[in-house]
Amino acid sequence: MIHLTIDHQPVCVEEGTTILEAARKANISIPTLCYHEDQQVKAVCRICVVEVEGMAQLPTACSTPAAEGMVVHTASPKVLKARKNILSLIFARHPQNCLACQKSGQCELQKVAQDVGIYKPATFDLELRATPDDNSSPSVRRNHQKCILCMRCVDVCEKIQGLHVMDKENRGFHSIVTTPYGKKLVDTNCVNCGQCIQACPTGALTIQDDRENIYHEMEKGKVLVVQVAPSVRVNLAEALGEAPGTVSTGRLVTALKRLGFRYVFDSDFSADLTIMEEGTELLRRLKGEGPLPMITSCCPAWVKYCETYAPDYTKHLSTAKSPQQMFGALIKTCFAEKEKVDPESICSVSIMPCTAKKFECKRPELADSGYQDVDYALTVQELARLIQTAGICFADLPDTPFDDPFGLGSGAGLIFGATGGVMEAALRTVHTVVTGRPMEKLEYLPVRGFEGIKSAEVDLDGTVVKVAVAHGLKNAKLLLDEIKAGKSEYHFIEIMACPGGCIGGGGNAPRTWKKVEARKKAIYEAEKELPVRQSHENPAIKWIYDNYLGEPNSHLAHKLLHTTYRNRQDLLR
Amino acid sequence: MSQEQYSYKTPESLLVEVADIAAPYRDRPEMLMKVITRVQKIVPAFSEEVARVIAREMDITLTQVYSFVTFYAMLSVKPRGKYIIRMCKSAPCHVRGAREVVKAVEDQLGISMGETTPDGRFTLEYCPCLGLCDSSPALMINDRAYGNLNPQSARDLIKRYIREDVE
Ligand code: SF4
Ligand code: SF4
Ligand code: SF4
Ligand code: FES
Ligand code: FES
Repeated sequence: MIHLTIDHQPVCVEEGTTILEAARKANISIPTLCYHEDQQVKAVCRICVVEVEGMAQLPTACSTPAAEGMVVHTASPKVLKARKNILSLIFARHPQNCLACQKSGQCELQKVAQDVGIYKPATFDLELRATPDDNSSPSVRRNHQKCILCMRCVDVCEKIQGLHVMDKENRGFHSIVTTPYGKKLVDTNCVNCGQCIQACPTGALTIQDDRENIYHEMEKGKVLVVQVAPSVRVNLAEALGEAPGTVSTGRLVTALKRLGFRYVFDSDFSADLTIMEEGTELLRRLKGEGPLPMITSCCPAWVKYCETYAPDYTKHLSTAKSPQQMFGALIKTCFAEKEKVDPESICSVSIMPCTAKKFECKRPELADSGYQDVDYALTVQELARLIQTAGICFADLPDTPFDDPFGLGSGAGLIFGATGGVMEAALRTVHTVVTGRPMEKLEYLPVRGFEGIKSAEVDLDGTVVKVAVAHGLKNAKLLLDEIKAGKSEYHFIEIMACPGGCIGGGGNAPRTWKKVEARKKAIYEAEKELPVRQSHENPAIKWIYDNYLGEPNSHLAHKLLHTTYRNRQDLLR
Repeated sequence: MSQEQYSYKTPESLLVEVADIAAPYRDRPEMLMKVITRVQKIVPAFSEEVARVIAREMDITLTQVYSFVTFYAMLSVKPRGKYIIRMCKSAPCHVRGAREVVKAVEDQLGISMGETTPDGRFTLEYCPCLGLCDSSPALMINDRAYGNLNPQSARDLIKRYIREDVE
């Protein structure tokens, strides 16, 4: 153990602890910008400088290890002056129109500026980058003027997703974090996952905001029908300032109703439907109808990745649509017929943890209802802002149940939100279909948790099914490479692009592993409470097959609930 | 940068040569500098096509190649002239009259800093200290360094490069 003094307090920490971590332990918060608790230390912004007695220079707290006997001052006049200077330099290159910025209120730079203060009148001339904004992507907006070159986005895209869409161009004063050769984001290998938005401390990377479009549809008098993804109920409250892992299912339905959404449905239902369709497909493939391993297709970022990097292997993707798109196809057909609403007058909205869903709902082939199946995918963050703008006190809302007929989802559908969830849900149903009895214990632990790649063998009365689960595309690539080399031993693979699965998705409040852990705990706890925990036992599922679809993989099911993939290799040329 | 600036073609035959240079260093990203310096000798610039070939052969990302190339003043993603005149932009050269030398060369070639003559013979660029401060102001033309310049000697120097091919 190491003993040091920070701001006159004795602190005792383990060897290898940085000054920053030691200070946090003593409840002293040193401002940071390039530091991210889940990432490697970069020490490029210098805002975290502190004074260490006996050192001539001011070292950066995030990168300097605590040492025995060190005497540290984190807020001496000398330190504060240096910080103010550094911040003023950053703001000499950063627009000062915070109030019009999407990140306002959540921006780390804004927070630091409030705490530290900048020199006014400015000591340095304002010199902004001339590079124009990039709004080409349906998911991510880029504003180069607001970039402070912290490299956090580069880190996650390269190290977690293995994509390396952006990096630094040029050097020194002319540096800018951008795509190669001035490309627009749509023309790159970006898969729209939004993890870079999660990492960005400023308004340089933000969600492509669809809120205005929703208001327009309301003004036009459209019937707003909304579906809510599984993970949203454990993420929304956090985005509105409550503790990570707060479940708010009932409140969120109330809020949506107050916002003017006429019908509020649960994507847990269509997740169950996905299990029925995908599970049936898996059983057929196990009998030799179609290539193995079969890979899940719920995650649009993963699907785009596969279409870009392995277009010859998209035959391994399940043809089942994602829950969002299955729901979309049913809303403008089955639901419209049943409720006698003109599909033309419906605006179909989804609430998602995900920025890639915005890309997915715009795929031209996903219009099997005769209209674009889903009109807008709103992220958790956008919904949180809609709620704030409408002056709804979310904390005090009463609960409301989801609407019929698509308001009932099983626990299996709910756990889709966490990595391993689709696999677990599928195994529950497949086990019953093959053996005639449910799994001994519904909780299937080998596919839970945050290990990069999880694998297991499931014995279905003699038929052994080998499964694997990956999250984060760098991990997914390893499984894909095995398939390409003809060495994959698996029958069924689940892949989610975001680390942790959708509870760690790019449309949520900014993530850290600690927060995602809390969300995961919440989703599995909530699942245990549900009366129905297997997809095939969901009465709403039985109803839709009996009254509308016929049986899983039927002709109509194929038309509405399955899709095709394309080759996007040109994005790499 | 805007995308239009990169819309020029690199001949197919050159791309094959680039691939030959890069291929032996597959999965060895630390060798990028070596590959780049060798490729630089045969291509007019690191166009997107060239960078793609290097990335593909070494199995690294396009972004990595691009970021590397734009970091170094000696490398360029835009085509440049046969002779690249690099003017030192650091302080010692500046105080000893680099600005007048720049003005003289710009007037003589009819282009400004950062531009290439229409015949493709000269490109004018700034670069950081060349390490020739004791004979400042200094400039380099391709691999050759020239020091102790004044506007007249600079004009004479350029005149030589206009008349004859200096290897
Ligand atoms: S959205 Fe995902 S893939 Fe695209 S740049 Fe950001 S992190 Fe990379
Ligand atoms: S875009 Fe955001 S995360 Fe990326 S370097 Fe700039 S400020 Fe940092
Ligand atoms: S893992 Fe979930 S949140 Fe992330 S891109 Fe895929 S579907 Fe979206
Ligand atoms: S947070 Fe320490 S240098 Fe950026
Ligand atoms: S300052 Fe010009 S060569 Fe060093």
